[in-house]
Amino acid sequence: MKAEAKPDKQKVKSILARYDDDAGMLVPILQDVQAEYNYLPKEALVQVGKGLDVPFSQVYSVASFFKTFSLKPRGRHLINVCLGTACHVRGAARVLDEVERRLGIKSGETTEDLRYTLETVNCVGACALGPIVVVDGNYSGQMTGSKVKPLLESYK
Amino acid sequence: MAKETSKRLNSVAALEALRKAMVASRDTARPCITVCGGTGCHSFGSEGVSEAFKAEIKKNKLDAKVEVKVTGCHGFCEKGPLVVIKPKDIFYQKVKEADVPEIVAETVANGNIIDRLLYTDPNTGKKVTHESDVPFYQKQKRLVFGNNGLIDPTRIDDYIAVGGYAALGKVFSGMTPEGVISEVKKAGLRGRGGGGFPTGDKWQSCRDAEGEKRYVICNCDEGDPGAFMDRSLMEGNPHSVLEGMIIGAYAIGSHEGYIYVRNEYPLAVKNAETAIKQAEEHGLLGKNILGSGFDFSVKISRGGGAFVCGESTALMASLEGKVGEPRAKYVHTSERGLWEQPTNLNNVETWANVPLIIGNGADWYAGIGSDGSNGTKIFSLVGKINNTGLIEVPMGITLREIIYGIGGGIPGGKKFKAVQTGGPSGGCIPESLLDLPVDFDQLDKAGSMMGSGGMIIMDEDSCMVDIARYFINFLEGESCGKCLPCREGLKRMSQILADITEGNGKDGDIELLERLSATLVDCSLCALGSTAPNPVLTTLRYFRDEYEAHIKDKKCPAGVCKALVAYSIDEEKCPGCGLCVKACPVEAITDMGKKKPVILDKEKCIKCGACYDVCKLGAVIRK
Repeated sequence: MKAEAKPDKQKVKSILARYDDDAGMLVPILQDVQAEYNYLPKEALVQVGKGLDVPFSQVYSVASFFKTFSLKPRGRHLINVCLGTACHVRGAARVLDEVERRLGIKSGETTEDLRYTLETVNCVGACALGPIVVVDGNYSGQMTGSKVKPLLESYK
Repeated sequence: MAKETSKRLNSVAALEALRKAMVASRDTARPCITVCGGTGCHSFGSEGVSEAFKAEIKKNKLDAKVEVKVTGCHGFCEKGPLVVIKPKDIFYQKVKEADVPEIVAETVANGNIIDRLLYTDPNTGKKVTHESDVPFYQKQKRLVFGNNGLIDPTRIDDYIAVGGYAALGKVFSGMTPEGVISEVKKAGLRGRGGGGFPTGDKWQSCRDAEGEKRYVICNCDEGDPGAFMDRSLMEGNPHSVLEGMIIGAYAIGSHEGYIYVRNEYPLAVKNAETAIKQAEEHGLLGKNILGSGFDFSVKISRGGGAFVCGESTALMASLEGKVGEPRAKYVHTSERGLWEQPTNLNNVETWANVPLIIGNGADWYAGIGSDGSNGTKIFSLVGKINNTGLIEVPMGITLREIIYGIGGGIPGGKKFKAVQTGGPSGGCIPESLLDLPVDFDQLDKAGSMMGSGGMIIMDEDSCMVDIARYFINFLEGESCGKCLPCREGLKRMSQILADITEGNGKDGDIELLERLSATLVDCSLCALGSTAPNPVLTTLRYFRDEYEAHIKDKKCPAGVCKALVAYSIDEEKCPGCGLCVKACPVEAITDMGKKKPVILDKEKCIKCGACYDVCKLGAVIRK
């Protein structure tokens, strides 16, 4: 279970080294840490703060400010429902309703079995295909409520 | 190592010699299959198509004769995956992997056109063979965007072969920094990111400001939902953006630059990284660029998914590794920006305009567009429109020409209601203003703005109160919370709009929205707050009757607001086909047998609209 693994000090260290311990690169560093662990474990945040000589409070404020970051473990599959304007006028809200109803969770939550995490995104810039749902980086365009069930089932 | 040094160009003459050699070695008559690899086409499966082409060409032993190229976005995303076969420019749309062997055997080998893959003009019913004859492209002026479909963005050679870095060569062949700035001023270039501030003036004040260092930044934190031109430029032609930045840095006297990209745009990050690496190898970035003595390097920083980081001071805070909160701009960032040093920030499209201006001259550029808004602008035409995609048009073109001429009108015979421009800070423009020329000043006058160029088309099925609520909700979530008018004002506006759309609106709500709007406009710290009320103010200005219908009659005329609509079955029209029964996710509709109308249980109905969408006979009533 990747999500529960204890952060490996060496991994965070090598990420910091990649950015020459540059405090200005805090956001990209945290992105790389998250890519490694699927979320931002507290121990890793502490290590980043020490490594960059930045107060933990600043690391935490950045980690909690930006939408990309999660401080909680996330599911195996990340579902992002695009709620950009183009998707919205083509019925994205109804698609989101259906995903929430089927999974029994709200946007921002993770299913108990850690299978799915549901999030929304403001626009993925593929507006011609709206409404769009992105699962693990794969785009499904022209979504409707009835396409939700088969899509979810294809991610075990 | 030896290879790397051999790539390095030590003078402008070496660059021109390389270009000449490249052009000479390229056989323009040689067939080339270009497959669009933009995000839209990619999502439709273009990667499989391009791989299939490569395999098929190999299988037929045509490697030496035919080239397969994956290009950037062509703009006509609706019809993807797009394939253009050169040199004849045969344009195929919605190409599938299964079509590939036939295309190679028929079109590439024998020059035969495959009718079924051609684009059909929905208005005339005629098939169109060549890309340039498709009405969607015909009325455009693709200056900034034009090379996207011709070059492979991961190959610097392609960019150089179409004249890339020639403007930079011109700069280093005797232009002074002041000369560059005065050329940009004379061209009348205004910032494409939203504000429309004159670019030359910005450069000048950054150059004149005192500081130890100067920075230039490319803003690719394209946060406006419904706008994706910066993404497509960065993905499809990153070298044009880099060339603009190098020229700007030279003019300003900066040696360090940043590209700040949205993390939601992974391909843009990748292609920008590749482009920087290649430019470094060719001596177009780094020390002593083209032997001119000028040094400039560029780093990439990825955003963290915060809309407010498109604002210059918030973006710079984020670049410093801090929370992306804006600050008051008593002192402009051009004087004191990143790390307290003079910093010049322009967006992707603005930077990509720079090589055109320097290359062709300010007078040429100033001759395009309308008074006070020179040049072209890229718009993303999305929403309820037939031809969805990215378009580049001269400023001053009317909304009607864009929506009906290029966009092909509204699908399904529906009626046009409004076009939303300028992103969340923009406004909704009604049908009565369709002949409005689109430029910075005219859009402002109509209560909207240019923004970064999103144009979201809405038809009779769009509820304008719902749209206003959507944007206010969006901005409430994206407000950084630093200043009170924005933080609390948006929250309150969001509550009022929620009440109205849920049937709990009351007398005085509209007036209260107007008063709150005035406060936000006057008192917010940054442009996010001060422009936030625009969606409410413009919908109130042009669609007040819809607000009144929600508040007084408790009706949503467009049938969008869930709490105010109910679904029922028109028994006369329903043939009992059962399509809606299958579509209903909660089994609220019961099949009563063939030719008997279905029965809808209103208690079970969750008002998802699935039945309404599948019924083509109009037997599902939404009121």
